Amino acid sequence: MHKRNSNSQNPLHGLWALTNRELKKWYKNPYLFILSIIQPLIWMALFGRAMNIGAIFTSNPIALPPSLISLIPPQVLPQFEQALSNVSTTIMENTFGTTDYFSYMSVGIVSFVVLFTTMFSGMSIVWDRRLGFLNKVLSTPVARGSILMSKVFNAVIRSIIQAAIVLGFAFALGLTVGPDFTPFNLLGVFAAVFLISMGLSSIFIAIAIRSTRWETQMAVMNLLNLPLLFASNALFPTKLMPDWLQPVTKINPITYATDATRQLILYQINMQQLVLDFTFLGVFAAVFSAIGILLSWRYLSR
Amino acid sequence: MADALVVKGLTKVFSNNLVAVDHISFTVKEGEIFGFLGPNGAGKTTTIHMLTTVLKPKEGSAIVCGHDIAKEPNEVRNCIGVVPQEYTADEDLTGLENILLCADLYGIPREISKRRAEELLELVELTKFKDKQVQTYSGGMRRRLELACGLINRPHLFFLDEPTLGLDVQTRAATWNYIRLLKKEYGMTIFMTTHYLEEADMLCERVAIIDHGKIITIGAPNELKERLGGDIMTLSIKDTNADISPIIQKVPRVKEVKKQDGTYRIKVEDGEETAPTILDAIRTEGHTVTRLSLTKPTLDEVYLEYTGKTLREEEESKEAMFRQRATLRRARG
Repeated sequence: MHKRNSNSQNPLHGLWALTNRELKKWYKNPYLFILSIIQPLIWMALFGRAMNIGAIFTSNPIALPPSLISLIPPQVLPQFEQALSNVSTTIMENTFGTTDYFSYMSVGIVSFVVLFTTMFSGMSIVWDRRLGFLNKVLSTPVARGSILMSKVFNAVIRSIIQAAIVLGFAFALGLTVGPDFTPFNLLGVFAAVFLISMGLSSIFIAIAIRSTRWETQMAVMNLLNLPLLFASNALFPTKLMPDWLQPVTKINPITYATDATRQLILYQINMQQLVLDFTFLGVFAAVFSAIGILLSWRYLSR
Repeated sequence: MADALVVKGLTKVFSNNLVAVDHISFTVKEGEIFGFLGPNGAGKTTTIHMLTTVLKPKEGSAIVCGHDIAKEPNEVRNCIGVVPQEYTADEDLTGLENILLCADLYGIPREISKRRAEELLELVELTKFKDKQVQTYSGGMRRRLELACGLINRPHLFFLDEPTLGLDVQTRAATWNYIRLLKKEYGMTIFMTTHYLEEADMLCERVAIIDHGKIITIGAPNELKERLGGDIMTLSIKDTNADISPIIQKVPRVKEVKKQDGTYRIKVEDGEETAPTILDAIRTEGHTVTRLSLTKPTLDEVYLEYTGKTLREEEESKEAMFRQRATLRRARG
């Protein structure tokens, strides 16, 4: 009867093969690769530079009316004017934690990139199902969980590479780093990107796991992505958002990923807050990838 | 010798209550080429999906190379190779990369898989194109690549789902030769589905005719043809309203007469000699024969005999149709 093959039972073998397949589709296609890099850069330019909130203050200097000047003793006038011009800096500082909206925003763009990259991981499983590739993979002994996790890791690796490129551009365009910044902090940033992209892609894939219609996936993506982005601190501080939105921002994992990244790059690090960020992200990634794997055992074959 | 595949009462009901496969039972002997012949939507692909552990059956059991598909799916997966109806090779990867990907899914170590991949590419004559992206391949080349991918784990039982769907006549014949060659080289058992009667006749040692999820008959193509019990004569007469069946029936060596849409389908022994006698009998009764043909039985006739219709296209699920269209498009590309 059938002779047992001396094949490795190492689950990582199949996992890496499938992940590599997805990655090859990306880096072997220069157009796709360049486009996926350009998109966040455009956003960074538009939001960070074009909608430069800091400029609202600097381009509208507040001139004191002459009647007021005559009331101020001449010896304190310079200090008074100085204090007035500091108002704008203080407002920026209090609102965004940094005086430069571009720096604030370009870090938020990292979360944006992660969101848009992971979002498409659900699509690829729909296509694999429609084109019959999934059935073929299911007929091989590769671990069912690996089929899903390969898509997750593809999204994670892409996200990390894109985040690195985006940050590189941000530094080149004048991102001002915070007092606690060391290059070592970047490892923490990538850890945050790893966790957030793992959790998000697991969600999108879990939604797509039974689906055969890419239209449904598009609808889900459109429904989720912008609300997730705007109901977070990626582009704007959550403390200025209305009360009804606050709870949403509190459970939105993007808030935590963005906060962790900002702490590591821009702010003075608040250890307690940073630990909270990473705990939340860790739990988020673990829970949703576990759910994804459970669903793939149950639902990949019908 | 042991059987490569034993199927008992296998049934699949989809969520919309469509009974795709209805209590089918059959065995495939070690080393044979066994064919499932039936129209689209007959349940052929669903059967393959169940046997290759992609779909879970609702009822019944199947033992593939000694392992139960429900209880030991991984053992089954290790001993089978599958060539799906669709072109599943990744278009963005090269031929070689695709084969190695298949090998990795079976956990075959790279040093072995490289050697096997080269050998298989040589057999299906794709060595020259192995570093080209699959999107540049023709339909026939893609089919051969799929065959090679399916054999990377040296399967004991090889599943082929519509192996020549969408290919032109010459490429189809060439593909048959590759299948025969691979079978000779590796000596595996083959289970295949087709809706091309000619293909079943040319390749299969035994054929099961399946329709509406049920197996209608099983046998070697020749045996099935013989079971028809003779040659088939079809004729029409001028007066379409008259029924001359009783007249024909009286002629010696006529076994059966059926009237379908004004045409008489007559089963006769020794067609060449009986035909003139039939014509004489009809003429004596004052009728004029307008058309006449005499055929040796083919699987077409067998099919017609058992299902009462020629192979037809049936409506299928949207998903299945999408996949089939994609396959056809790529076969032509």
